[in-house]
Amino acid sequence: MLNIKVKNRLSIFIGLSVISILIIIFIFKVLEDNVLYFYSPSEINNQNDVIFKKDIRIGGMIKNGSIQSNKNEIKFIVTDFKNEIIVSYKGTVPALFAEGKGAVVEGKLRDKKYFVAKRILAKHDENYMPPEIKETLEKNAR
Amino acid sequence: MLGDLGIIFVSTALLISLALIYFSLHEVKKSNNVIPKNIYNFSLFQLTFSLLSFIVLLIGYIFSDFSIINVYENSHTTKPLFYKISGTWGNHEGSLLLWINILVLFSSLFLFINKNKNKKFKIFTLLFQNLLIVIFFIFLLTNSNPFSTIYPVPNEGMGLNPILQDPALAIHPPLLYIGFVGSSIYFSAALSALVSKIDAKSLATSIKPWILVSWFFQTVGILAGSIWAYYELGWGGYWFWDPVENSSLMPWFVMTALLHSILVLERKIGLYSWVIILSILTFTMSVTGTFLVRSGILNSVHTFANDPSRGLFILTFLILMVFSSIFIFFKYAPTENKNYRILSKEFFILTNNWFMIFFLAVVLIGTLYPIFLDTLTGTKISVGPPYYNFILAPFLIPLLFLMTSGPKHKWISSKIKNFFNVVLFLSIFLFLIAFFLIKENSLLLNLILFFSIYLIIQTLFDLYDDLKSRIINLSRIISHLGFGLLIFFISINHIFSQENNFNLKPGETKETDNYVIKFENLEKFSDSNYKSIIGHFKILNKKKLFKENLKPEIRIYNKPMTVTYEASINSRFFSDTYLTMSNISNSDIFNIKFQKKPFMNFIWLSVLLISLGGLINFFNRKKSI
Repeated sequence: MLNIKVKNRLSIFIGLSVISILIIIFIFKVLEDNVLYFYSPSEINNQNDVIFKKDIRIGGMIKNGSIQSNKNEIKFIVTDFKNEIIVSYKGTVPALFAEGKGAVVEGKLRDKKYFVAKRILAKHDENYMPPEIKETLEKNAR
Repeated sequence: MLGDLGIIFVSTALLISLALIYFSLHEVKKSNNVIPKNIYNFSLFQLTFSLLSFIVLLIGYIFSDFSIINVYENSHTTKPLFYKISGTWGNHEGSLLLWINILVLFSSLFLFINKNKNKKFKIFTLLFQNLLIVIFFIFLLTNSNPFSTIYPVPNEGMGLNPILQDPALAIHPPLLYIGFVGSSIYFSAALSALVSKIDAKSLATSIKPWILVSWFFQTVGILAGSIWAYYELGWGGYWFWDPVENSSLMPWFVMTALLHSILVLERKIGLYSWVIILSILTFTMSVTGTFLVRSGILNSVHTFANDPSRGLFILTFLILMVFSSIFIFFKYAPTENKNYRILSKEFFILTNNWFMIFFLAVVLIGTLYPIFLDTLTGTKISVGPPYYNFILAPFLIPLLFLMTSGPKHKWISSKIKNFFNVVLFLSIFLFLIAFFLIKENSLLLNLILFFSIYLIIQTLFDLYDDLKSRIINLSRIISHLGFGLLIFFISINHIFSQENNFNLKPGETKETDNYVIKFENLEKFSDSNYKSIIGHFKILNKKKLFKENLKPEIRIYNKPMTVTYEASINSRFFSDTYLTMSNISNSDIFNIKFQKKPFMNFIWLSVLLISLGGLINFFNRKKSI
């Protein structure tokens, strides 16, 4: 025995819930298409279905003695001490970018050993290591 | 010595807060309608001692008293005085003390200034606010004590991270904190309104000024952070959709929603429960932001140190707060019956709220989803600008349109006015001019441009109409105009930004399509707290034959030893020229990023205009009702 008022409220409530759920599904759909995945060089090496078309992030340490600059670009090697990837990049580097330090690069893979970076992520503190890199390095140390 | 004094002041303030809670509980049971003198006195004492503790820390920083660990870890004798002062809140412990001071300040101000005569409402607000204060005092004393001492006393401090030594960033935290923490008072007032069952009008008039104040400071605080990111981080962007930035934006969305729905509540048309939910949500978002920023799950300049216990404390507090708010809400749920007509001002205000909640959902999901995914499955992802741009940009179009047409409607019920009017035709005309100048292909961008022009023109016409009829809603007009301009200039900036990346040796020249960039020479420079290399660049605009000089710097700060790259920005009326250089491993090749960023100053001004609207409304409150 629902009176009209309660019925109205109920239908508004159900209507709003349905709309909210649809919106959230929509948000997640867009999210899925636009996320950047993070990999270590070893993960790239071991994976069969590597993503070439979309932007990804790769993190590791910059190999000692690997940085080279010429007229157009900077090249360096990102390593997790098991596998390596050569990274090519144009532009300025963050202040704490140096050999032997950690770095995260964003861009596209050309092949499993060659990466074209659009962006090198800034770190703000010399003692800070991105959690992703720390974890990968700990995994490899075991 | 100073450290002990600080602890004494903090502990006294804590005891007074506990006393206030005790008195409030006692007072609630009484039936008379007068708040006793001693509550006012205690509130004043509480404010005094809490301010004194902050002043003690400030003195510690100004006179470099390294017996306090906090000063030792974050300051240095050679630092300029201004940054010694800003160092006080440039770290976790100090900023927590500032946080508490604002809680206490708002608690006292609400008690003293608020004209509401309902005793129960005021006492309950005081009670809830002081519960918050006590919890944060305990957190400060047990986990993050800024007054901990060190022995033997070090001779020299460790210094402040150089990228924080910046005027915009020095004022950014206090501004944002007034916004963030300011929302606590209407959180307390909302809970109190439920318990004391006050009517819609008194709730609205009691919390409106506080919403305006916190919203204004939140807006300006976000602006300061954005300007800082623009010239200090050296990428030439001003908004990165970084989780930390999102943390400040999320409460802003809810505050904006609240700012609009309070107008409906003020006129007793409805939305009582909704305003209460929004008030609770605003402070919840502020604490969520604090949790994200302080717990160390995010990689950012705001993460002072990774200490899981802090995150755990804030998270526990957050969960407790949300659940007790929900409990109070349902226990005392207000009843209201109201039918909304589709064509009325309140309906359009409500649509504003839907948009704000949708934006909030988008940003909240984008910020939290990677964290959940990592915790649950270990998959690491990050969500960047493409997601936000893709999902938010299309929704700007209906939002802009509703902002154009909504405010013209009357309260309760209204009719559609003539849609095809001079404003629309003028907007189409101006848009066509812009279209032929810009030659942009993207339909989405064109639509956004058109609707932002439409909003700007309509708002200017509204201003003209208002001036004629002498009833001016200046705050709405200025804020909406600011928003229209903001979207317009962001779009133009997006379309016309240019970027070139290349490497150069000193003495070399690089030619791009429109510019000739000559790297003339290097100069060495040194200051009290850093040494630097300055690059001298000459930029020639090929079309306009216009020359400018830019001097980017590479700075090496001594305490702590840190390298920073300082962008050189030549900011002119219509366009910024932006150049950064970096150098790896002391080679003679320098990496150059050269950018043209049109209308940057207009973007900053638009945001200032938006915030100005809030300020005008604050000072105009009495006249507007």
